[in-house]
Amino acid sequence: MSRIMTGARMVIEALRDQGVDTVFGYPGGAVLPIYDELFQQNDITHVLVRHEQGAVHMAEGYARSTGKPGVVLVTSGPGATNAVTGLTDALMDSIPLVVLSGQVPTFLIGTDGFQEADTVGITRPCTKHNWLVKDTADLSATIHKAFHVATSGRPGPVLIDIPKDVQFAEDAYQGPKQIDPPRYQPVRKGSVTAITRLVELIEQAERPILYTGGGVVNSGPGASQLLRELADATGIPVTSTLMGLGAYPASGKNWIGMLGMHGLYEANLAMHGCDLMINIGARFDDRITGRIAEFSPDSVKAHIDIDPSSINKVIHVDIPIIGDVGHVLEDLLKIWKSRGRKVNTAALGKWWEQIEGWKSKNCLFYRNSDTIIKPQFALQRLEALTKGRDRYVATEVGQHQMWAAQFLHFDEPNRWMTSGGLGTMGYGLPASIGVQMAHPEALVINVAGDASWLMNMQEMGTAVQFRLPVKQFILNNERLGMVRQWQQLLHGERYSQSWSDSLPDFVKLAEAFGCKGAQVQDPKDLDDAIQQMIDYDGPFILDVLVEKHENCFPMIPSGKPHNEMLLGDAETQGAIQGAGAALV
Amino acid sequence: MNALNIQKGASSHSAYDLRDPNAQVEESHTLAVLVENEPGVLARVIGLFSGRGYNIDSLTVAEVDHTGHQSRITMVTSGTPAVIEQIKAQLGRIVPVHEVHDLTVEGPAVERELGLFKVCGQGDKRVEALRIAEIFRANVVDSTLESFVFELVGTPSKLDAFAELMRPLGLSDLARTGVAALARGI
Ligand SMILES: Cc1ncc(C[n+]2csc(CCOP(=O)(O)OP(=O)(O)O)c2C)c(N)n1
Repeated sequence: MSRIMTGARMVIEALRDQGVDTVFGYPGGAVLPIYDELFQQNDITHVLVRHEQGAVHMAEGYARSTGKPGVVLVTSGPGATNAVTGLTDALMDSIPLVVLSGQVPTFLIGTDGFQEADTVGITRPCTKHNWLVKDTADLSATIHKAFHVATSGRPGPVLIDIPKDVQFAEDAYQGPKQIDPPRYQPVRKGSVTAITRLVELIEQAERPILYTGGGVVNSGPGASQLLRELADATGIPVTSTLMGLGAYPASGKNWIGMLGMHGLYEANLAMHGCDLMINIGARFDDRITGRIAEFSPDSVKAHIDIDPSSINKVIHVDIPIIGDVGHVLEDLLKIWKSRGRKVNTAALGKWWEQIEGWKSKNCLFYRNSDTIIKPQFALQRLEALTKGRDRYVATEVGQHQMWAAQFLHFDEPNRWMTSGGLGTMGYGLPASIGVQMAHPEALVINVAGDASWLMNMQEMGTAVQFRLPVKQFILNNERLGMVRQWQQLLHGERYSQSWSDSLPDFVKLAEAFGCKGAQVQDPKDLDDAIQQMIDYDGPFILDVLVEKHENCFPMIPSGKPHNEMLLGDAETQGAIQGAGAALV
Repeated sequence: MNALNIQKGASSHSAYDLRDPNAQVEESHTLAVLVENEPGVLARVIGLFSGRGYNIDSLTVAEVDHTGHQSRITMVTSGTPAVIEQIKAQLGRIVPVHEVHDLTVEGPAVERELGLFKVCGQGDKRVEALRIAEIFRANVVDSTLESFVFELVGTPSKLDAFAELMRPLGLSDLARTGVAALARGI
């Protein structure tokens, strides 16, 4: 029994069959037939954004906070090109997205038609895969395949370009079960030999560390659970990249904090000094390794990753395990238990003593003030006043992002949305909207810098329209703070274009958008202001005027190894020299 | 080296199993990449090389299984051992790529390339060109009173050698297909 329908109807049908409840999008000529179908149904909510970049980041927020793929619908030409930053962001952070773009009709392709762009050409390097569908008969199968590709193996964004005549034409709809099983089937189970080898190392290691990343979160809640079990049963310290925060709870006894360029002293020194590094779903990003030649020189390294190309890409590892984190950890625990749950207890005790010693350095120390709000203090108060709530946090990019990672604590995965790989200013506000769509009752906060926030501030309109009570917590230093910090450390304090001049009045801006805003300047008023933001039943912009020249520490300057970390009170002038100055 | 005394390369699935990964010498490898013959697949492969800064020394592609829509891309690439491993892994994760074979390490393989060489000249040079072509077992596929087009099939180095010899004899145009390669045996 075949069901004949238009391509536009197929899109809706296929999305419904894939369990999609929300689409973030913006209409235009080349997707009008699909919008017409959207109009005539009630199963899928369409969130009308203000700019297509916002739609993609919203879908990312939705995906990261739910584990389900985010769905975006944009028109041809400018609609598709506006989606490119979001696609690249999702590719770098392995976020599953399905983006549908309209295209000029097939007979106009190649003629420089109105709003024609070579969308599959432009998005080929910034998607995991993409398709141009030239025949309505292929459309439904392609959409089902797209969901499969976006969510299997290492997740990522995919795009389907649909010419307008393909949307109008009729053909038979195929459901997800009617199509051939896709050939793309990445391995999920790791090699038992390699896992056993790792278990043997865990049994003997004197200074082991679990270096976890976004792969744990992407592998699903089960993987986070297994990580907790492994860490707690073996007593191995856990650190995480920016992407993996929450997979192991910040309140857990083995947690030693985030690592990396602005990671904690104890985490970075433990990475440097360990004898067994177990990388679980992280990718040895340059923000983590610092100078490669001096990265953790005395350790044996194991790497669990679902993407074979992550293995030996940057750091050569001794035990590569290709597989899904959840599956591998399950086997690892099984083997470790069956061999008698052994660890090198005496050595581990000494290792922990050493780590405690590093902890006592109190690397996040900052000099607080009675008169000016320190950004770190603002985040500590935000943490205190929101603790224990059903809370999700998004961020923009800059100093505030790093401080948020340092001072906010996450006990669950999928609670922290930040642009890690691409570092996209303008990510946080739309991401917070996507999160709130998925979790209407939760407290969703975007920790922002003034400059980043302006990059996609038009999406405040979306928040107001859809009554999404997202809280915009702007740490306003009237600077492009992170740029200013680098200029101070690296470019002789010549602050070239790192000023946020002519900033809008954020409170009036909130009013103009039809929501509420407040400004706070005195540390004494901070708690009340945060409470007012939390309690307000609607979107809220809190403009927190903070110390303008605070620097984010600790910091591993570019091109330096982990053990040459700068602490807050360290002499910072001339810290980055030579080849390091060329790095970003 | 380290407290646990593990030999580098002690484990399977590692690039260490193959060669010294830290070697800085560039090697040339011939890869056979079997792909779904869908639009854009070649652009994906080439885009990977340009985007990540890898070398393509030679590339040939054609559909080899019409019913199965499978194409075979044969490419010769060069890089340090670590780069070659990365190239294979990166190729392997392209969605429509079905298989990646490194013919250089997977055992003996035959490699052949076809070249067409136009050589213009008269008198002694013309005779000499014909004589050398015979030695190389090249075929004459076109001839005028002042030119030949030779067709030569062989390894890339054989074609290189032939071109070198023809240059002083009036080599004016040269077209090469790039390498096609298959593993020997069954
Ligand atoms: C789209 C984009 N453009 C430029 C940058 C480079 N950049 C990184 S941080 C930063 C400054 C961010 O300033 P702000 O949002 O005010 O945050 P702060 O660092 O002051 O906390 C800039 C310009 C970027 N990451 N993204």
